[in-house]
Amino acid sequence: MAATLSQQLTALRRTRVWRSVFRGGNGTSNLDRALAVQQNLFLHLSSVKVRKRSLAFRVTWFLGTLCMGALMILVATGIPLMLYYHPSVPQAYADMKDLQSVVSAGVFLRNLHRWSAHAMVLLVFAHMFKVFYRGAYRPPREFNWVVGVILLIVTLLLSYTGYLLPWDQLAFWAITVGSNLLSSVPVIGPKVRFLMLGGNTVNANALLRFYVLHCVILPLTAATFVAVHFWRIRKDGGIYPGKDHKHA
Amino acid sequence: MPDPNMPDSNDFIAGMNSDSRKSPVRVAFVTRRTSAQVKARDDGGTVMVFPEALFRGAVAIELLLLVLVVFSLFWDAPLEELANPLLTPNPAKAPWYFLGLQELLHYFPPVVAGVLIPGLVVTALIAIPYFQINIEGEGLWSRNRTLRLRMVRITLVLFILFLASFHVWVALAPTLLMVGLMLYSATERHDAGRFHRWLASKPLSFWIMSWFLLSSAVLTLIGTFFRGPGWSFVMPWSGQI
Repeated sequence: MAATLSQQLTALRRTRVWRSVFRGGNGTSNLDRALAVQQNLFLHLSSVKVRKRSLAFRVTWFLGTLCMGALMILVATGIPLMLYYHPSVPQAYADMKDLQSVVSAGVFLRNLHRWSAHAMVLLVFAHMFKVFYRGAYRPPREFNWVVGVILLIVTLLLSYTGYLLPWDQLAFWAITVGSNLLSSVPVIGPKVRFLMLGGNTVNANALLRFYVLHCVILPLTAATFVAVHFWRIRKDGGIYPGKDHKHA
Repeated sequence: MPDPNMPDSNDFIAGMNSDSRKSPVRVAFVTRRTSAQVKARDDGGTVMVFPEALFRGAVAIELLLLVLVVFSLFWDAPLEELANPLLTPNPAKAPWYFLGLQELLHYFPPVVAGVLIPGLVVTALIAIPYFQINIEGEGLWSRNRTLRLRMVRITLVLFILFLASFHVWVALAPTLLMVGLMLYSATERHDAGRFHRWLASKPLSFWIMSWFLLSSAVLTLIGTFFRGPGWSFVMPWSGQI
């Protein structure tokens, strides 16, 4: 008399513990499914319903979703990497070597983090161009486009600050070249560069600052704006349905 | 006598008792105070975000993870020697997404390549949705065709002179390609094909954005694969990049 999996799941959803955790959505009716989204802190950023046609692949190519996916992979690989990393000179580089030879699957962990980072930069650019060519920035979505531009810049900064952390020749000189560009900003350029690097050259202070930016400040900034970005999709009337669509 | 347990068919059961599993379809929506637009609404129906949209999103993310995991199993992230401030590699390159800018730095003074151009790009991106012309998205040639054609030609000549004065020949190819397509779309043809009609319907913002996309792609690719010692032009297979 073994109950089917779906029966067991239904029974689980009816338990007191489950219902104390999830405020709604204990069944399969539309109301339950609406509550599952609307009564959940994270899911309520999204609407309860979505236009059938905006789920078609050709509309978004799922690029926004994939950006979020890349971010999730980066957080999931970044936190274990932090366990094996010291933001100091030259220990940071020794930790890279340890990832290669001492840490189980350390090479894979670093590979996945690095390739996902490149993928995310590409995906964010692709998302921006896709949104532009669809005309999805049109009112009332204009501010969400601006939030997207902010997220593009945060993504580039996240990638750029992460680039220094291995403390190898590639990292050191890429950041040197990049930060030299900043010196050319009139008046404030050299001062901003000094603040960013904690000195006049890329050194141990720069490594620590980039580490804090990369692991704390920028991820929190990204999470905040991602939340606003998702929430504004709902507030601005859902995924842009296309120009020929008659608006409500 | 009616069964007291059966709900009255006239009784509207709302709120927490609904067990509907289908999205209701709005058949008519007629009240005196709503606009005509609401009545004309036809969005092809809606589905529940949970599980329809969330499931598709999860599948998309899983496929991305799959691709990245396979990639990570076969290709290792680069790791060079320990950082040495006294040993400058030649060429020293920024991360790939900044190589378009680094390529521009080769032609323009730092204040132009490092401040003016990125500043203008970000400002332009933010400004896009706040200009009525971008919102209407009217075809570039749909009005004042002669005047606009003249302005495009003058802009093109000035821009080529500007690029030539800084010897930015690499940016010339994408520019000429975009302007070529632009002028082609401006021609009046009786036997216009789908491609021509599609191009002719495009607004100015389309042309600027496509030119930006193409130019940055070309500059980034050149900076990444064709620049060797002293930022000299080399072939990707020369082993000098």
